[in-house]
Amino acid sequence: MRKYLLKRVFYMVLTLFLVATITFFLMKLMPGTPYSNQEKMTPQQIQIMNEQYGLNKPIWLQYLIYLGGMLHGDLGTSFQYSNQPVSYLISSRIGASAQLGLQAMIFGVVIGIIIGSFAAINRNTWIDTLCTILSIIGKSVPNFVLAVLLQFYIALKLGWFPIADWGGFSYTVLPTIALGVGPLAETARFIRTGMVDVLNSDYIELARAKGLTKFGIVYHHALRNSLIPLVTLIGPYTVALMTGSMVIENIFSIPGIGEQFVKSITTNDYPTIMGVTMLFSAGLVVVILLTDIVYGIIDPRIRLSGNGD
Amino acid sequence: MEEKIKLNPDSFEALPKAEELDNEKIAAPSLTFVQDAWRRLKMNKGAFISLWIIVLMLIVAFGSSFFIDHDSLVKSAPNYANLPAKIPGVPINGFNGKLKVAGEWVDEYKQNNISSDKYFVLGTDYLGRSLAERIIYGTKVSLIVALVATFFDLTIGVAYGIISGWKGGRVDNVMQRIIEIISSVPSLVIVVLMLLVLKPGMTSIIAAIAISSWTTMARMIRAETLQLKSQEYVLAARSLGESAPKIAWKHLVPNLSSIIIIQTMYTIPTAIFFEAFLSFIGIGISAPETSLGVLLNDGQKNFQFLPYQMWYPAIVLCVLMIAFNLLGDGLRDAFDPKTRR
Amino acid sequence: MAERILDVKNLEINFHTYAGDVKAIRDVSFHLDKGETLAIVGESGSGKSVTTKSLMGLLANNAEVVGGSVMYHGQDILKKSEKEMQNIRGKDIAMIFQDPMTSLDPTMKIGQQIAEPLMKHKKMEKKKAWAQALDILKLVGIVDPEKRINEYPHQFSGGMRQRIVIAIALVCYPEILIADEPTTALDVTIQAQILDLMKELQSKIETSIIFITHDLGVVAGMANRVAVMYAGKIVEYGTVDEIFYNPQHPYTWGLLNSMPTLSSTLLEAIPGTPPDLLDPPKGDAFAARSTYAMKIDVEQEPPFFKVSDTHYAATWLLHPDAPKVTPPTEIIRRQKLFAEMSVNKSVKA
Ligand SMILES: Nc1ncnc2c1ncn2[C@@H]1O[C@H](COP(=O)(O)OP(=O)(O)OP(=O)(O)O)[C@@H](O)[C@H]1O
Ligand SMILES: [Mg+2]
Repeated sequence: MRKYLLKRVFYMVLTLFLVATITFFLMKLMPGTPYSNQEKMTPQQIQIMNEQYGLNKPIWLQYLIYLGGMLHGDLGTSFQYSNQPVSYLISSRIGASAQLGLQAMIFGVVIGIIIGSFAAINRNTWIDTLCTILSIIGKSVPNFVLAVLLQFYIALKLGWFPIADWGGFSYTVLPTIALGVGPLAETARFIRTGMVDVLNSDYIELARAKGLTKFGIVYHHALRNSLIPLVTLIGPYTVALMTGSMVIENIFSIPGIGEQFVKSITTNDYPTIMGVTMLFSAGLVVVILLTDIVYGIIDPRIRLSGNGD
Repeated sequence: MEEKIKLNPDSFEALPKAEELDNEKIAAPSLTFVQDAWRRLKMNKGAFISLWIIVLMLIVAFGSSFFIDHDSLVKSAPNYANLPAKIPGVPINGFNGKLKVAGEWVDEYKQNNISSDKYFVLGTDYLGRSLAERIIYGTKVSLIVALVATFFDLTIGVAYGIISGWKGGRVDNVMQRIIEIISSVPSLVIVVLMLLVLKPGMTSIIAAIAISSWTTMARMIRAETLQLKSQEYVLAARSLGESAPKIAWKHLVPNLSSIIIIQTMYTIPTAIFFEAFLSFIGIGISAPETSLGVLLNDGQKNFQFLPYQMWYPAIVLCVLMIAFNLLGDGLRDAFDPKTRR
Repeated sequence: MAERILDVKNLEINFHTYAGDVKAIRDVSFHLDKGETLAIVGESGSGKSVTTKSLMGLLANNAEVVGGSVMYHGQDILKKSEKEMQNIRGKDIAMIFQDPMTSLDPTMKIGQQIAEPLMKHKKMEKKKAWAQALDILKLVGIVDPEKRINEYPHQFSGGMRQRIVIAIALVCYPEILIADEPTTALDVTIQAQILDLMKELQSKIETSIIFITHDLGVVAGMANRVAVMYAGKIVEYGTVDEIFYNPQHPYTWGLLNSMPTLSSTLLEAIPGTPPDLLDPPKGDAFAARSTYAMKIDVEQEPPFFKVSDTHYAATWLLHPDAPKVTPPTEIIRRQKLFAEMSVNKSVKA
């Protein structure tokens, strides 16, 4: 088990190192400089700026400095807001993004489980059809379209929630729904298929033969068995939420990482782009590792074979 | 009991042999795999309708090339700006040139002194360009991006998967590690980086989408190849000394076809989404070019006052996504009848 | 005469499918006496599982009981509600399934799986139920039960799992135990162990068993009586000796003929396939595959002809007007043995 973990962590670090390297050299290929969006500057000014950003050093040295800095959590300095360290930009914004992402994940997964198991239990009835239609729509309607609609009709017209900005819980409701609908639909479909399989399995028949009630069967046997594989979807969900946050935070003017990322892209703020890229990759790698570990813990079949490793 | 029995004199004669194996002849005519899948797909109403919707959209989008010329599409006509839909012979508010302004229906065409025989069936955008034409053209662009990206995604994924699964051992191990590393970077980040490096435009979007999404296909193909590799007919072909590419083409690809088709049907809507997403946040296709994402981005700016400018492209995008997803589900069920039961 | 605890009369079950109604059970009647083991044998698809599932109220959603009754303690099980059935299942009538590899919940400790019926039917607390689960684990021959009660199904071999499934079925001391091919998925030595275990437990727990199998070989040592099923009907029933040594129906002959014996190494499979139950043939369903088929077999359904007080067979060959036919040699050999046995018996008497 420990050997397995060590191996995984090694690959994690390797992955992040490769991502850092590739992004670094990609960014160096780029035409823009910290000052390309500023008005005309004198050569002296450029000279000063180059020194400030370390751009006059040879590339390999810049690369080593960048890697070295990253070990201390130093991600360089943003081109956008001069003198703002990227790590500060990120850390001041990560709270909002994390809260939004977590809320969306919980909302999507919980509601998805309920809808999906409801559909599976009432398979081939109108309830099932309705749930299937809803989850197809949820999967197909892009979250940014939904976000705009929610913002206009629920917030602006009905005035139930704030239109934009970031404050108390009420500010998070609409963005959470917009962001969470994708995972919700995916979860509902996944749980429905899984639970239909489980409900057709021999051990459910045995549970019925024991005289358990319908509820007992679903609660004690079907739910657990169809929920376990759901853990494997947390990785993909994280990706979807990171992606979604870029546009949802933008629409609702939420001061989060995603909004920052889009801003950085449109302003060629390479250090910040690199920083966010590293953050997203690191986040995803950690989530994947964690879900693998969790999967091993909650599924007895894997738990044991893991021990032998 | 015995009284009810009616016996004929010949009742106890032995049956002629011919009738003996009668029930074996009644077996249903066997269908080929593809015919069978097609029959099942036709029974799935949602998927079948979706198939026709997609065909229709493809015809309209690509057929429009003959009627909608690109130049007039990007040229602005300020005097026609922001007109609502006006369809000949439809007196319903919202489709008759009237727009709700401050609670009142106002005939925008009259207000702007536009001749009464001028119609825009879906209205115009803020530069006075016909929305209907732009949507059709934008759909075409979105579809091209999605289809071409999916084609590359498929080619790379299938080739990679087959090689990895077929070679096995170390090669497989290394190739799988590479996939693992690639897929631990969110594909959006890859797309964004690619778009920064390449010049923005259709080609870069296609390349970016293809490069970021082939790993799923490669993984599935590899898993299936591993299984097929040990099947008898493949073993036989190998021992007969057939070359690897020939075996791959003759034996593997046909058997992988259902996975490829299903996976393709799921990749297309993802690609459509990605294009719309990128254009929506302003790093994909950009004005004056058009695509569904660009139209949504334009529409969103004026949504509060001219909601139709976003609604129409949004509906087209959603219908397209729903149709592809339903068709994907239908094909999955048709090729793999187990899943539905 | 022994007490009759289960009486199935004229049971008819259809399955609604896209292709039409599958007439899976067509007028089946049998009964079960206290303490006895009734074996139901027949080829795959003959309706054995459907019959027993109807006794438990576990039929698939597309099933419809068209007619008949299943009397149990003076009440018709088929008329009971799902709630009432839940109180019978696992307590009065329990079931063992065919495949032990898939019939245990992979994510639940086996202790809990055994304790569940006790907690449900005996309203026991978890602790007490687990204690009793431990006892029954010992009874079914699990070594080191204190440790293994906390383990998960994948930690057990197939034979061990089947013992656990048996433990689950017997934990409430049911009156009737239905075993649907309990040994088919196991290898031969394990099969014998499981059969021995069932016999041993039957005497300890005093349960009646309906034993389903397509393998006549295992029936001889297990059952008191045998019912032979074909295409949704019972075609012959009698005591084990009567079915094994004095079979009357050509289908039973075919089954016996396809069974390996010490004296003959020649196995003869029954030619052809069972009929399509979407549209069952008129008359004797076996006629199409029988070398003894007569004209009347395709015209009229044979009634049960009495062979002895306990032995009935539905074949026109038993009609007084039917010509005498020569059964396969193996059957003649068996019938000779049977004649000797009855002579011995009457001599003793
Ligand atoms: N849910 C169902 N829908 C349609 N037909 C069914 C269903 N369940 C069973 N049948 C049909 O009923 C008939 C009897 O099936 P059953 O499972 O009782 O056979 P069996 O004698 O137990 O065979 P085996 O030895 O294979 O277990 C078969 O023809 C089968 O196709
Ligand atoms: Mg069966």
